[in-house]
Amino acid sequence: MQSILSVQNLSKVYPGGFHALKSINLDIYHGEIFALLGPNGAGKTTLISIICGIVNPGEGKVVAGGFDIVKDFRSARQLIGLVPQELSVPIFETVWDTVKFSRGLSGKPLDAAYLEQLLRDLSLWDKRHSKIMTLSGGMKRRVLIAKALAHQPRILFLDEPTAGVDVELRRDMWQMIRGLRDNGVTIILTTHYIDEAEEMADRIGVINKGQLILVEEKVSLMKKLGKKQLTLQLAQRLSEIPASLAEYPLSLSSNGEQLIYTYDEQNEKVKITDLLRRLADLQIEFRDLNTSQSSLEDIFVSLVEGK
Amino acid sequence: MNFYAIKAIYLFEMARTWRTLMQSIASPVLSTSLYFIVFGSAIGSRMAEIDGISYGAYIIPGLIMLTVLTESTSNASFGIYMPKFSGTIYEILSAPISAAEIVIGYVGAAASKSIVLGLIILITATFFVDFSIQHPFWMLAFLVLTSISFSLLGFIIGVWAQSFEQLQIVPLMIIAPLAFLGGSFYSIHMLPPLWQTITLFNPVVYLVSGFRWSFYGVSDVQVGISLGMIGIFILICLAIIAWMFKTGYKLKV
Repeated sequence: MQSILSVQNLSKVYPGGFHALKSINLDIYHGEIFALLGPNGAGKTTLISIICGIVNPGEGKVVAGGFDIVKDFRSARQLIGLVPQELSVPIFETVWDTVKFSRGLSGKPLDAAYLEQLLRDLSLWDKRHSKIMTLSGGMKRRVLIAKALAHQPRILFLDEPTAGVDVELRRDMWQMIRGLRDNGVTIILTTHYIDEAEEMADRIGVINKGQLILVEEKVSLMKKLGKKQLTLQLAQRLSEIPASLAEYPLSLSSNGEQLIYTYDEQNEKVKITDLLRRLADLQIEFRDLNTSQSSLEDIFVSLVEGK
Repeated sequence: MNFYAIKAIYLFEMARTWRTLMQSIASPVLSTSLYFIVFGSAIGSRMAEIDGISYGAYIIPGLIMLTVLTESTSNASFGIYMPKFSGTIYEILSAPISAAEIVIGYVGAAASKSIVLGLIILITATFFVDFSIQHPFWMLAFLVLTSISFSLLGFIIGVWAQSFEQLQIVPLMIIAPLAFLGGSFYSIHMLPPLWQTITLFNPVVYLVSGFRWSFYGVSDVQVGISLGMIGIFILICLAIIAWMFKTGYKLKV
């Protein structure tokens, strides 16, 4: 797949000595939705801020649409739109004026028809003459999105787009992000809501303590999610798995008290009864049993806690 | 050059002036009018002429400078401080614009306001005092250069300031005293010799003197020196701003 944004060996040390990013390598593909997951302070915003030009880059290099973000900053930044995490809006301005201002900053001539469509899509058209200070929090966030899209960027960064947003607006936001992707905009969003990543993303990256610890297709992550485990608390310890059960993907806990059967819910349902019958035949009794499903959350937590 | 961006910033800043018309135009005009009434008409009529010019007329260039200096500084500093304060600076920093374009937008707008303000005060003065302008071109040139140079200074202060108090303190505590002691209300030749020498370290002396020369053809220091000093001042400000953007000083980490 074609890469539209390439981060190469990017590191950042803040003046206080804080190592915010440690040699990040990341390629974002054209037209995808990429979710960057990580706890607070992991480096998500620093990464985005460097790419957008708000934070001085440390070592390394970033190329957006073929343009180096430092040497060719004009061409690179014309391709990029940013919706920041904070609701930083010029409160005394009207919606229309501020969107026009954003368009002008990018160096593109005013396109009233496009801006009108943009505001209509974001349900802001009726509010275009309102001062931003009179708008609700959700509306202000839409204004930020309108500003970011005013120059028709090819790459859109959304830094925690749904933080502090109610459920309905969150759904709207997801809908809108999908719509943008359908129009060919590449989207990179940061979030610490795992369900948001699950819902939206084509690929997921996990960042923690300045290191990118995982980048994977959501589908393959979901396969891992599909795995279930049946844990049997044995009445008597086993020293090893009986040879006659070799055909089952079984494992024995180190103390020999638990027999763990890993299976795929979709395909092998029948085998559970099968297995239990075989265990009964072998007179292996168990006191209790439970099943568990590894969620993205489990994977995330185990990754972030450094396993 | 990203002209659309310069225009966007410039118009944004000018729009702020219209929103705050009372504060940005009416209030300086009012306070200057009070100076004309008190010093020009009431006290001025009892004072001797200076260099053959009535006192009321003599103080006009100084009064215009006084307003232009303080307004340029505070306007330009506020213009760049506000986005820093509200967080909207992210948009300026992430836009495809160079430092020079940002400065032209912000400083250009602040200087434009000061020039308009200076001209309004000049017109106001005609209602109180009779005077003529011998070198209108140079008068405009001094007005424009002074507006630009102190707007550049204001921009530096706005980038540096981290609170509204810091933002106010330089115009109030440094610019205003320098302007008052820079010969706005008197000729520096009226001072004792020691103070005449000390005064020459005050950059405002050169601005007021040159500006007054453009009105009446008399000056405390040579006109060429006045122009040179403004030129040097502008270069120093530009160098500081260039350094600020290069290092990201208080703009980026």
